[in-house]
Amino acid sequence: MAELLYSRTKTIQEDKVSGFCPGCMHSSIMKLIGEVIDELGIVDKTAAVLGIGCCGLQMDYMAYDNITAPHGRACAVATGMKRANPDTIYYTYQGDGDLASIGLAETMSAANRGENFTVIFVNNGIYGMTGGQLAPTTLFGMKASTAPKGRIAEEHGYPMHVCETLDQLTAPYYLARTSCNTPANVMKTKQAIKKAFEYQMAGKGFSLVEIVTSCPTNWGLDSLKALDFLEENMLKEYPLGVVRDKGMEEK
Amino acid sequence: MARTFMKGSEAVAEAAVRAGCRFFAGYPITPQNEVPEYFSRRLPEVGGNFVQGESEVASINMVYGAASAGVRAMTSSSSPGIALKSEGISYCASARIPIVYTNFARGGPGVGSIQPAQMDYFEATKAAGNGGFQMMVLAPSTVQEAVDLTVKAFELADRDRNPVHILADGVIATMMEPVELPEMMSEEEVQKIRESKKNWACVGHKLDYANRAWIQPGQWQTTVMQKCNEEAAALYESWKKNDVMVEEYMVEDAEIILTAYGISGRIAKSSVDILRKKGIKVGLIRPITLNPFPTEAFEKLDYSKVKAILDVEMSIPAQYATDVEAVVRRRCPVEKCLCSGGNVMSREAVLEAVMKLAGQEA
Repeated sequence: MAELLYSRTKTIQEDKVSGFCPGCMHSSIMKLIGEVIDELGIVDKTAAVLGIGCCGLQMDYMAYDNITAPHGRACAVATGMKRANPDTIYYTYQGDGDLASIGLAETMSAANRGENFTVIFVNNGIYGMTGGQLAPTTLFGMKASTAPKGRIAEEHGYPMHVCETLDQLTAPYYLARTSCNTPANVMKTKQAIKKAFEYQMAGKGFSLVEIVTSCPTNWGLDSLKALDFLEENMLKEYPLGVVRDKGMEEK
Repeated sequence: MARTFMKGSEAVAEAAVRAGCRFFAGYPITPQNEVPEYFSRRLPEVGGNFVQGESEVASINMVYGAASAGVRAMTSSSSPGIALKSEGISYCASARIPIVYTNFARGGPGVGSIQPAQMDYFEATKAAGNGGFQMMVLAPSTVQEAVDLTVKAFELADRDRNPVHILADGVIATMMEPVELPEMMSEEEVQKIRESKKNWACVGHKLDYANRAWIQPGQWQTTVMQKCNEEAAALYESWKKNDVMVEEYMVEDAEIILTAYGISGRIAKSSVDILRKKGIKVGLIRPITLNPFPTEAFEKLDYSKVKAILDVEMSIPAQYATDVEAVVRRRCPVEKCLCSGGNVMSREAVLEAVMKLAGQEA
C-alpha cells in the first residue's frame, strides 16, 4: 500500500475553477487556510466572514459556511457571530482597502476588545477588484489609478502598518506578518494561520495574520516580476515576522 | 399579569428579552440611550450578549452577524443613527436575515433636534437602504403597543426571514406608562428557535458542498439576483393581504377622518373623543403597520359622506400624507395639521384644524 502523502483539501469545491488572476496569491492562501482547517479537524464548525473585493471571490469556491460582510465591516460581523455562537471558529478574510481603509474603525475596535476570532489580512498594497486605486498600504513610487504619480506623502500620507498599529493595543494576542512569495514563506504563512486558529480555539482572543502578497494585474507586472517587486519593495516596507505572540510570552 | 410602570425604551428592551432576543449591539444617541443601557444590564442575566459598538455602522453589522449565527438579535437608534445603519439593514434584507430594529425618531434632517419627530417615514417605508428592499414597519402609539409590537416583530422577522422595523418616536422612548409585559420565553423555547435556524445559520456544517450555510447579501449572477428580488417582491406583496394592522375609531358615520400614526395617532384619538362631545362627526384611521399600508381602511370609506381627511403628522414637509393622498385619489380633500423639528403635536392645533374643516369656531 502506498502511503498517502498529500491530498487536495476538501474545503475547496472540486468542480470549481479559480477565477483569480494568474500570479494572485488568494488561491494559495485559501488552500493554506483549508489545510489548516483539515489538520485541526474543524471543518464542521468553521465559518468565514468575507470582506468585499477580490477576497470575497472565495465564496464561490469554498465548501464550508461563509457570509459576506459589507465593505470593511467583517470584524463587526464576526464580533456578532462569535459572541452569539462561541463554539464556532470564525475568521475574517479581508484585503487592505477593506480592513485598513473603510474598515479601520471596526478592525481597531474588535482588536481592542480582544474579540476571540482570527483575521486573515491580505495586503497587496492596492485595490484589486475595482482596478488599482490607491490603498492605505500603497508604497511610495507605486502608481495607482487614483494616484497617477504614485503615492506622495504630502497628498496621501504614508503606507500604513497594520500589525505595528495594532501592536499599540493591549488586547491582541497574536499579530504576525508573513508572505507567500517563496515555498519557505508559504510554510510560515500556514504555520501562522494554524497558530492563530489554535489560539482562537483556546479562547485567547484576537489574532491577525497579515499576508503580504502581489497583485500582478494592478501592479502592471507579470507574475515573476511581481514577485521580484514584492521582495525588493513590499517586504522592505512591511518586514516579515511575528510582531506579537502572547502565547510565547506566557511560556 | 401585573402591570408595571416603565419608561418606553426600557419596556421595549425588556419585551425583546422576553421574546427571546439574546443579542443587542448599539451606539449611544439621544433620546433612546436607555435602550442600550437596559440591555447592558439585562442580557448577561439571561446568557445573552450586549456590545456597545464603535458606531451605528458597526452595531448593525454585529446584529447582522449574530442573527446570521441563528440568534434573535436587535439594535436600536434614533434618526441620524438609523441613517448610518442603512448599510447593514440593506445587507440583512438582501441576505434575508431576520433582525429587529427600532427608531425612536427625533427631529431632522441632519443632526436635527433631540426631541420627538416623525420625519423618517419615507426612509422607513420607502428606502431604508440601497436596493429597493422592503420591511414590515410597525408604528406604536403607546408604551404598551410598543411592547406588544416588539414581541410581534421578532415573530414576523423569523417567519419571513426579513428585517422588521419598529418606527417609534422620542415620546414613546422617554414616556413612562403602566405596561403589561409578556411572559418570559422559556430557555427551551429560545433554544428551539435557535435550532430551527441551524440549516441556514453560519455555525458550521458537515462538509457537503450543497449544504453549507452560504449567507449571500448579493449574487454574482444577475439572473439569480433577479430571482431573489422576485421572491422578495412576492413576500412584500403577501403582507398587503395578510398582515395589515390598523385602528379604525368611530369612522362609520364620520364626516371628517383624522389619520395619523404613532404618537400623533394617539393625540388624534383623544381629539376625536373631545370633538364627538361637541357633536362633530369625526373618526380616526391609525395605521399600526405603515408597511403594509392600510389601503382598505381608506378604500371602504363612503366618500359621499366624508367631507375631508385630516393628516396629523409631526413632519414638515408632510410624508405620511403622500401615501394617504395616493389611496384617496382626490375623492375628498386631504388637509394637513403639521409640526416639525422636535415639537410634539398639540391637541389644540388638531382640534382647531377639525373645527375649521367642520365650519365651526374653535
